[in-house]
Amino acid sequence: MGLNKDYEDIPGTFVFDADRGREGYYLNQFCISLRKAPNREAFGADEGAYLDKYKMTAEQRQAVIDRDWNQLLELGGNIYYTSKLAANDGINFQELAGLMTGMGIEAYRAMMLAGGRSPEGNRYQHEWDEKGEK
Amino acid sequence: MARITAGVGCSHVPAIGVAMDSGITEQPYWEPVFEGFEKSREWMKAQKADVVFLVYNDHCTVFDATCIPTFALGCAPEFAPADEGWGPRPVPVVKNHQRLASHIAHSLILDEFDITIMNEMEVDHGLTVPMSVMFGDKGIDDEWPCLVIPLCVNVVQYPAPTGNRCYNLGKAIRRAVDSFDEDLNVVVFGTGGMSHQLQYKRAGLINKEWDTQFLNRLTSDPVSLSQTPHIDYLREAGSEGVEMVMWHVMRGALDDDVEEIHRHYHVPASNTAVGHIILENKKDQKAKI
Ligand SMILES: [Fe+2]
Repeated sequence: MGLNKDYEDIPGTFVFDADRGREGYYLNQFCISLRKAPNREAFGADEGAYLDKYKMTAEQRQAVIDRDWNQLLELGGNIYYTSKLAANDGINFQELAGLMTGMGIEAYRAMMLAGGRSPEGNRYQHEWDEKGEK
Repeated sequence: MARITAGVGCSHVPAIGVAMDSGITEQPYWEPVFEGFEKSREWMKAQKADVVFLVYNDHCTVFDATCIPTFALGCAPEFAPADEGWGPRPVPVVKNHQRLASHIAHSLILDEFDITIMNEMEVDHGLTVPMSVMFGDKGIDDEWPCLVIPLCVNVVQYPAPTGNRCYNLGKAIRRAVDSFDEDLNVVVFGTGGMSHQLQYKRAGLINKEWDTQFLNRLTSDPVSLSQTPHIDYLREAGSEGVEMVMWHVMRGALDDDVEEIHRHYHVPASNTAVGHIILENKKDQKAKI
């Protein structure tokens, strides 16, 4: 019997489990390398050459080059890793959330100041499907 | 004999550290966050802790994906603040009570908690932010007023250890501390949370009601609270809200009978609900009087 992944019906959420960890391994290892200054410099000098050192898939590599933050998560990235790539670009956690939600940085910040995103209507995938939210 | 007298639950939002390090804590955005820790700093001072046993998680800073220990106990002589991608925080190096840490490691493993022993380790905001909020501003050349034993819990790759496991680990830590031969006052910190989701399209989730019931039950109903399944944290408190399992380690290390001394709750700090509680063992309170 397989494991019951009861968390897969939470909308707009990736739970970073061992399957995702396996998929995203080289991508995440690349991201965490950027927490060290010499690596940030080397990556900045030649992104392509730096990325060649990591055995990620062509899709993952393209998502890094495009800074496609959601795609990075869809391909096995984890937020604590991808946030290192964001930090390298001068983007903090809250700005990154503004980008991932598609709200934009200002609207997202305003939502947080107003108390954040309510759990109402945001607990189950079917709630989003009914609203037509993707 | 060493004894655990009190526990502290505390969020460890990185932006709180950034706000302190850049001196903007009096700005209107941050003022209400820090106001709630004023009483805590006075309490911390009066408590005169010799050792803080600090339960936190690393955020893919020091631990990369090559090795993911569920529980890793800091046994090194000291722990330097790590560079998380924007330079290390300008706060003091954390010094360990190494003999107590070794004693706890030994005791836990014989008690069937198979922890990982870290003889070299840097620490990220998960550890340094709670130190800063509880002890106030300290520069690189200062010293923290007490020793610190870090316990690092995996809450990044699912599944984190269950709340039940964390609560029972707290009990085992209590047994270990109780059997140490030096006269020490130990305070346990459980850090992380409260509700927050940092990632993907549902980022920004905050659930004040859920957080409030968590804080309420931590004092009066800790055993049933520790049975909360992971799916409840993920769905109700956001994917990163599962960090709250670490508070059960703190609660497990205290007496069954505790008194809530202080509580603070504020939304937002960056993406997160800031929650904080101070609990004292009732019998230690009597001893103080
Ligand atoms: Fe955290």
